[in-house]
Amino acid sequence: METKVFQRIYTQLTGITKATVSLRAQGVANEELAMVHGRLAQVVKIMGDIITLQVFSGTEGIPTNAEVVFFGEPPMLKVGDDLAGRFFDAYGHPMFGDSEIEGEPREIGGPSVNPLRRKQPSELIATGIAGIDLNNTLVTGQKIPFFADPDQPFNQVMAMVALRAQADKIILGGMGLSNDDFLFFKNVFENAGALDRIISFVNTTEQPPVERLLVPDMALTAAEYFAVEKKEKVLVLLTDMTLYADALSIVSNRMDQIPSKDSMPGSLYSDLAKIYEKAVQFPDGGSITIIAVTTLSGGDITHAIPDNTGYITEGQLFLRTDSDTGKVIVDPFRSLSRLKQLVIGKKTREDHPQVMNAAVRLYADAASAKTKLENGFDLTEYDERALKFAHDYSEKLLAIDINIEVDAMLNTAWQLLAKYFSKTEVAIKSELVEKYWPAN
Amino acid sequence: MKTQGKVTGIISNLVVVEVDGPVAQNEICYINLAGTKLMAEVIKVIGKLAYVQVFESTRGLRVGTPVEFQGHMLEVTLGPGLLSKNYDGLQHDLAKMKGIFLQRGDYTDALDFDSEWDFTPLVEPGTQVIAADWLGEVPENWVKHKIMVPFTFTDKYTVKSIVPAGKYKVSDTIAVLVDTKGEEFKVTMYQKWPVKKAIIAYKEKPRPSKILETGVRVIDTLNPIAEGGTGFIPGPFGCGKTVLQHALAKQANADMIIMAACGERANEVVEIFAEFPHLDDPRTGRKLMERTTIICNTSNMPVAAREASVYTAMTIGEYYRSMGLKVLLLADSTSRWAQALREMSNRLEELPGPDAFPMDLSAVIANFYARAGFVHLNNGSNGSVTFIGTVSPAGGNLKEPVTESTKKAARCFYALSQQRADSKRYPAIDPMDSYSKYLEYPEIQEFLNKNISENWVELVMKVKNTIQQGREASEQINILGDDGVPLDYHDRYWKAEIIDFVILQQDAFDVIDCNTPLARQRYMLEKVMQICNTNFHFDGFEQCSSYYKRMINTLKQMNYSEFQSEEFYNYEKELDTILNERRVQ
Ligand SMILES: Nc1ncnc2c1ncn2[C@@H]1O[C@H](COP(=O)(O)OP(=O)(O)O)[C@@H](O)[C@H]1O
Ligand SMILES: [Mg+2]
Repeated sequence: METKVFQRIYTQLTGITKATVSLRAQGVANEELAMVHGRLAQVVKIMGDIITLQVFSGTEGIPTNAEVVFFGEPPMLKVGDDLAGRFFDAYGHPMFGDSEIEGEPREIGGPSVNPLRRKQPSELIATGIAGIDLNNTLVTGQKIPFFADPDQPFNQVMAMVALRAQADKIILGGMGLSNDDFLFFKNVFENAGALDRIISFVNTTEQPPVERLLVPDMALTAAEYFAVEKKEKVLVLLTDMTLYADALSIVSNRMDQIPSKDSMPGSLYSDLAKIYEKAVQFPDGGSITIIAVTTLSGGDITHAIPDNTGYITEGQLFLRTDSDTGKVIVDPFRSLSRLKQLVIGKKTREDHPQVMNAAVRLYADAASAKTKLENGFDLTEYDERALKFAHDYSEKLLAIDINIEVDAMLNTAWQLLAKYFSKTEVAIKSELVEKYWPAN
Repeated sequence: MKTQGKVTGIISNLVVVEVDGPVAQNEICYINLAGTKLMAEVIKVIGKLAYVQVFESTRGLRVGTPVEFQGHMLEVTLGPGLLSKNYDGLQHDLAKMKGIFLQRGDYTDALDFDSEWDFTPLVEPGTQVIAADWLGEVPENWVKHKIMVPFTFTDKYTVKSIVPAGKYKVSDTIAVLVDTKGEEFKVTMYQKWPVKKAIIAYKEKPRPSKILETGVRVIDTLNPIAEGGTGFIPGPFGCGKTVLQHALAKQANADMIIMAACGERANEVVEIFAEFPHLDDPRTGRKLMERTTIICNTSNMPVAAREASVYTAMTIGEYYRSMGLKVLLLADSTSRWAQALREMSNRLEELPGPDAFPMDLSAVIANFYARAGFVHLNNGSNGSVTFIGTVSPAGGNLKEPVTESTKKAARCFYALSQQRADSKRYPAIDPMDSYSKYLEYPEIQEFLNKNISENWVELVMKVKNTIQQGREASEQINILGDDGVPLDYHDRYWKAEIIDFVILQQDAFDVIDCNTPLARQRYMLEKVMQICNTNFHFDGFEQCSSYYKRMINTLKQMNYSEFQSEEFYNYEKELDTILNERRVQ
C-alpha cells in the first residue's frame, strides 16, 4: 500500500490477542485497512473510540507502543490487462520481486450481481473426462468443488480440467498451497504455453494462514474485471477451500465467537456463499466459473466444511480410487453436477440423459452384487454380468485418465450396455434403444 | 418529529446507535452513510443505545454517522402490481435497480406508481365496511385483484364516496370512508402492513378440509397436503429439495405462487426467471410467471434480510388470501433464515440454545407456520395460504434444532432420503418416514373418497402396507441371501419395487412424467395395486426379478406417454400380455 497524505498514525495499543490488537482512534471506517507494526491489518470492530484490528500475519512480537497507520480504505486490488501472466501474493502484490502493475484500484469482496442481470448458464465445458462430461457435465458460470481426500491427485485433475476448458483466463487462488504444488501449477501452465492466460494469487504453507482469507476475494475481483469489462470466459480455481475455512475458524476462535458445528464459525455458510456465488454467467458472454477443492478427512462429507460447501455449490465431484481397477475415478454415486440438465440432451446428443442414468443404475446393481459377495452369498448370473460391466465402465469411462469427446463417451456406454445387458434390463426409452443400440 | 441518532459502535452488520428520543423494538431506521441510506431494524434497546441489524454491508461506516428512525416496523407495500414481480427480501423491485451489481441503498419501489389500473367499484356509498372488505377490483394478469379496506383500519366504517369505474393509479384515492366517530379517511389502491404481524382480517380459520393437488404422485397419493396446510421438506444437499419445490411451483393447483428464495443459490432463481415466463400453467394455459411472485434473497445477498424475506413473502400471501385466492407459499430454505437469526444472536452475545441457535427458535418457527391456513373471509368467500418450506439439516442429520422445531410446527413431513437420492430414486421422499397428518383428518378422508374414488384412503393404506412388507422382505433377503428365503419374499420385494418405480419415482425433467393429475394418479395406482394383488407363478427368484423388471419397464413407458393416448394403451396391452404369462388363475 502506498503512503497517503491523510494517513493517521497512532502509537498506543490498549489490547493485544493472538489475532487482534485494539487501540483508541477516531474517524476510523469499518473494514478499513491499517498497518500495525509493519503488518497489514483490518478493522473488524468499532466500539466508541476503541478500534479492534485483525492482524493478518498474527500478533507475535507486536509491542504496545507499535505504530498503527490507517489507510482510510478497504482492501484493494489494481485491475487491468497487466494482471495476465503474473503471480501475486495474498495482498495482491507481485511475487518474485516483480514491479507493481498498472491498473485501476478496486475494492475486493465487492457487491453481488443482481440476480435479474444474470443469464441462465447453458454453455458446456468439455473436459474430456467422462466421469465429468458424461455423468456430471459442467457448464460455464457454475461453481463446483472436488471433494477429495488429501492423498487424491486433485490439483493435477484440476489443472488438467483448467487447460482443456478453453477459458480466456484462468485465475488460480492458492490457499495453504505447498511450495511443491505451487511449482507444479506453475510448470504445468508454463509447459502448456498458457502462462499469458493465467493469473495466480497464492498463499503457501510457508505464509501465515490468516492471510489466506484475502485470496478468494483477490482472485474473484480480478475475475470480475475480465468477465464484466472484457466479457471473457474466466475460470477460477480455488485450492484448498478447507484450509480457507480453517483460517476462518482460527480468527473466530481468537475473537471469542461462539463456535457452531466442528468448531467452525456460525457464519461459515454465509462466508463460503459470498465466495462461491461470484460464479456467474452474464448475458453478454462474460462468465466466471469456479472450480474448487475441498479436502475431506477420511471421506467424511458430513463435516461442517464439505457439508456447508455442498449446500452452496452446484454439485461436487468426488474423487476416489477404485479398488477394482486401481484407477482414480469420479465416483458416480456421490458426484453431482446440478447444472447438467441445462446442457445434456440439449447441447449434447439426445440419448445423453438416459444413457447416463441407465449406466449409473447398473453400476449400482454391481455395487449391491459386490456387497452380496462380501457377505458370502452366491451371485446370480445377472450379478456376474453387472460386476463385469462395472469393471469396464470404471476403466473405460469413470477413470480420470480418459480424454475423449462426449459422443465417443455415449458410444462407449452403449457398447458396454449392449455387451452385458438385454434391452429390457437397460430400460431406456424404446425410441432411443432403436436408434443407438449397437448392431453387433 | 422523527427520532435521530448517531452510530457509536459497529460489529459487522450489528450497529449500536445512541438515540435522542423514543424508539420501538423492530423499528426501521436509515443510516446515512455519506448520502447512501442503509436500512436497518432495531433488535435490542438498552437505555439510550439502540442495537440495529443493518440489511446491507457496513463497510466504510464510521462512528458518528447520523441515523434517522422511521416510527414504523418493517413494512411491505400491498396493491395491484405485485404479481409477476421479482423482489429482494425487503420488497425492493429488482428490475428497477440500476447496474449489474446490487448497490447498497438502491431501494426501489415495490409497486409501479405510474401505471394505471382498470378499477371497478364493488360497493356503493352507504355500505358498511370493516378492514379487508372489498371496495373494488382491478384486473391484474388473470386475477381480479381486490382493493380492500386497509387492514390497519380497526373501526367500522361507512362508505361515503367511491369513484366510478375507470383508470386510476395505485396512489389515487378511490374511496372515502367515515368511521363511527365521523372522521373521514381516504383510501387508495395500496396499503402498508408490518411483515412480522399476521393479517387476521378474516372471519375464521377452520381446519383444512380439501387437498391441494400438486401433480407429484408421492405427495398427492401417499401423503397429500391440505389446501391451507403446512409442510416441510428436510433433506441433505443434493437430495432434491429445490427440484421438488420448483415442481410444486409449476404444477400445484393454486391461484398464486410466492417463492421465497431464502439464502440459497442465485442460479436457482435465474432458472425461474428464465423458465417461468415461457412455461404454461397446466390449468389455465397462461404463462406460469403470471401467477408467480418471487422474493429473492440469495445466499450472497445481505444475511439480515433473509429473515425479512420469508415474512415479506408470507405477508404478500396473506394479502392475496384476503381476496379469496388459493395461495401457495414456498420457502427454500428456512434453515438459512434460522442461521441468520443465529449469526445475529451470537453477535448480541445472547445465551445460546442447542447448536448455538437462539433459545426462542422453536417459537419463532411455530409462529410463522401458524400464519398459513384456510380461512373464511368476512364476505363468505374462502382463501388459503398453503406453506411448504425446505430445511437443510447440518450434516444431513435430522436431529438438529431447525428440523426438530419445524417438525413440531408443520403438519406434513416430506423427508428426503440420501439413500434414495444416491440411487437416483427421485423424488427422494422416503415413503415410510414421511407423513401427512391431514390423511388422518376425517374431513380430508371424506374429501379424498368423494373426489378420487370411493375407497381411496383404504387403498392408500394398502399401498403403504405393501411398501412396508417389501422393505421387510428386502431386509431378510439381505441377511439370508437370495437363496436363503422363500420365493414369496422375492415376490413381495418386487411388488414394493413396482410401487416405487411407477408411483413413487417421478422424473421432474420429463415433460409428461413430471406432472400427474389426480385422475391419472388414480388410474396408475389402481393398475399397480391390481398387479400387487395378483399371484404369479415363478420357478426361481431370478425369473421373478426379470419378470417384474419387464413389468416395471412397461409401466414406466406408460408414465412417459401422454395419458390415454394410443401409445399409452399400446403399452397397457403389452403389460396385460406380460401379466397373463404368469398369472395364477
Ligand atoms: N425429481 C427429480 N427427477 C430427476 N432428478 C432429480 C429430481 N430431484 C432431484 N434431482 C437431481 O438432484 C439434483 C439436486 O437436486 P436439488 O433439488 O437441487 O437438491 P437440494 O435442493 O436438496 O440440494 C438435481 O440437480 C437433479 O439432478
Ligand atoms: Mg436446494
